[in-house]
Amino acid sequence: MNPIPVWPDQASNFAQEVDLLYILLIGISAFFSLIVFVPIIIMVSKYRMGTKANRKLVHHHNLKLELAWTLIPMMMGVPVFLWAAKLFVDMYQPMEAKNALEISVIGKQWMWQLQHPTGQRENNELHVPLGRVVKLTMISQDVIHSFYVPAFRIKKDVIPGSYHSQWFIPTKEGKYHLFCAEYCGTDHSKMIGTVFVMKPEDYEKWLKNEQWGIGNLRRAETMKEAGERLFTELGCNSCHTVSGGGRTDKVPLAGVFGTERLLSDGRRVLADEEYVRTSIYEPDQMRVAGHNPIMPSFKGRVDEQQVLELITYIKSLSGGSKQ
Amino acid sequence: MSQVADYPGSVHAAEKTNYLNAEHSIKSWLLTVDHKRIAILYLISITVFFIIGGSMAALIRAELLTPAGDLISSDAYNKAFTIHGVTLIFFFLVPSIPAVLGNFLIPMMIGARDVAFTRLNLVSWYLFTIGGIFTICCLVVGGVDTGWTFYTPYSSSFSNTSVVLAVTGVFIAGFSSIATGLNFIVTVHKMRAPGMTWFKLPLFIWSNYATACIMVLGTPVLAITLFLVGVERVGRIGIFDPALGGDPILFQHLFWFYSHPAVYIMILPSMGVISELMACFSRNRVFGYDFVAYSSLALAGLSFVVWGHHLFTSGQSVYAGMAFSALSFLVAIPSAVKVFNWTATMYKGTVVLDSPMLYSLGFLGLFTIGGLTGLFLASLAVDVHLQDTYFVIAHFHYIMVGGAIMGFLGGLHFWWPKMTGRMYPETFGKLSALTIFIGFNLTFMPQFIMGYLGMPRRYHAYVPEFQVYHVLSSAGASVLIAGYAFTIAYLLWSLRYGEKASANPWAAKGLEWETPSPPPTENFNYKPVVHEEAYAYEPPVEDPEEEAHELA
Repeated sequence: MNPIPVWPDQASNFAQEVDLLYILLIGISAFFSLIVFVPIIIMVSKYRMGTKANRKLVHHHNLKLELAWTLIPMMMGVPVFLWAAKLFVDMYQPMEAKNALEISVIGKQWMWQLQHPTGQRENNELHVPLGRVVKLTMISQDVIHSFYVPAFRIKKDVIPGSYHSQWFIPTKEGKYHLFCAEYCGTDHSKMIGTVFVMKPEDYEKWLKNEQWGIGNLRRAETMKEAGERLFTELGCNSCHTVSGGGRTDKVPLAGVFGTERLLSDGRRVLADEEYVRTSIYEPDQMRVAGHNPIMPSFKGRVDEQQVLELITYIKSLSGGSKQ
Repeated sequence: MSQVADYPGSVHAAEKTNYLNAEHSIKSWLLTVDHKRIAILYLISITVFFIIGGSMAALIRAELLTPAGDLISSDAYNKAFTIHGVTLIFFFLVPSIPAVLGNFLIPMMIGARDVAFTRLNLVSWYLFTIGGIFTICCLVVGGVDTGWTFYTPYSSSFSNTSVVLAVTGVFIAGFSSIATGLNFIVTVHKMRAPGMTWFKLPLFIWSNYATACIMVLGTPVLAITLFLVGVERVGRIGIFDPALGGDPILFQHLFWFYSHPAVYIMILPSMGVISELMACFSRNRVFGYDFVAYSSLALAGLSFVVWGHHLFTSGQSVYAGMAFSALSFLVAIPSAVKVFNWTATMYKGTVVLDSPMLYSLGFLGLFTIGGLTGLFLASLAVDVHLQDTYFVIAHFHYIMVGGAIMGFLGGLHFWWPKMTGRMYPETFGKLSALTIFIGFNLTFMPQFIMGYLGMPRRYHAYVPEFQVYHVLSSAGASVLIAGYAFTIAYLLWSLRYGEKASANPWAAKGLEWETPSPPPTENFNYKPVVHEEAYAYEPPVEDPEEEAHELA
């Protein structure tokens, strides 16, 4: 028999603050429960039929009382709202940390596929080093999933067709549950895994470990290298150039990532992960002004995994990725 | 409340013929346009749906006794919670109080002969029942495994189950909701008896009026949304599935634009019932009548601007999240106003602890817990952790079962003598109220704890450390089921063997108590005229003997 758990592990930079907020809410709830339940009990026992009590009531309304129990709860709500909102913005604002470990996550019925920038691919397991910013770039291959690690107090829906990111800093060594929190079909409850938080030196060792368990693939190349290989294999290089110079009729990709692009329909968009993915799958959706609609769609020819590798490579052309 | 112009013997005359025994043929029931008979038809329909939805809950709780998914298959489990949610939300909770108690009482409370559109009222019941049977058939025969939320693209592209048929049923039943809402709005506006001004209306009318507004405004959005799911599924036209060029989050916005207000369709009528019960069983006017009335309208209004709190983790912009969070906090205000005013209604009253009052006090306790845990979920960063866990399950069951069903049962017991002409056994009533209260808390309190521990919802199998809480919850569910079964049993028993009810067994105020039980087909044997405020309960006459005794 397992010991009865009462409180989840605190294993990320967010966990403690979420817990404090939760405890504050419990306090507020206890306070309001008291001021509701105690009067109810008093009223019922004092004014129960058959008891002797003063029942001469003049007014059935009292404006001051109404205002008091309207305004006091409202004012108590404000600081809770603000604190929770601030923490929420911290969680979900894009994190631009140097030296962040950028993990790509693909959710599919019914497994998690995670890849480290150095190429290691894991299924339903994620190994991360203690104390380092981990940034997840997530996409689903089919239906909506949700990446949930209770010990980290993080959850983010993993949606088909667009990237969503989440960051955290692991703060405690250990093994923690990874759950899919959004119902995704038959084996939704089997779409679970484990996050291993390791000492940085152990993580480095783990990356070099030749003894890979079942379901884990040792990749010979990093994500960037895989992207570079794909870039050639798919023939991207026949129309795109990755260096500044070369033939002028080739579309240059160096330095593009992270800049603003003027599109043929007049929109201005940031060249981010989403932009690159759309350009590969549906090139006509986001065609840069002045370019001819000649790029074919690569839908069905490259999968989400390969798109992520291509993105890593294209990012690296702008100095966006360290690996 | 009204003055009965000389009409001697009206009670006697009505004892012979009333709406129940006026005609006996099946046809006279199936083609009735009497709002009271239609209410009974609804009561029968929703009881059947309640039993179907409830037995699925029993199956779910039995499966979750052990961590392994060993009782039924994953697909069967997913279908079970879908039947549970779809049936109990669309075919029990949404129509429960408005279509049964509302249909029966709204015309009587305002002193009208019937609702404004009597035949439309019957059409509503047919739409509802046909939609219900249709949906239940395809849920039970083919099965649907999307959950009651029908999230895309799972529902529109991936599920291999009969989604289109199921949403068609809900679509059909939606028109019943719209027609009923429309009927109530017109009835309250146009059919009030002379002297029945807006601020003399019982608060049950105010809250059902607010509910009717939500039904009319919200339900069409649900109908359109489900229609689009069907269009995408059948026609492969990209609306929600990104693989076809659609947007899956668009579905969530549209779905919750109805389905959040739907929570208020379920809870507002229950709040109306509680106002009536607190007044009657405290022998007092409802404290702060205006505030309670306006808070119903405020809740109806706010219900339409908080849908985004279901999407905090879905990737909507953080600023949208902040706006929806702030608005969701505001919902606490009119809810708290009601709870405080109901409590104050007992002040200097005479509290009678009959079963309807026990349900009412149970409602106060459970609704307060449900409301307060709503604050946790309105708090953005905390919701990120709690979203889609058992904490959410526990929270909305406290509102929708602890709140709405306690209110429904309280109201059903209160008006049972009026509707059937029979008293239920009072001791049994008290026993069942207590059993349901205890069973409910035992079922759902542990779910808050395992929710914070991270137990996700809709899991057929789960990690073993949560087992102790699941076992507690399943134990509570068995108590709860016993309570509901017992209630159904003695209410049915009372139809034949219950004591005959007088016109006003609770000494309650309100026009519906001034006509015989059960009422005549035309509701009143006279034309009611209203002179008094609502809830004009007199302070009890002091018993001089007892007073003397106390002094001595």
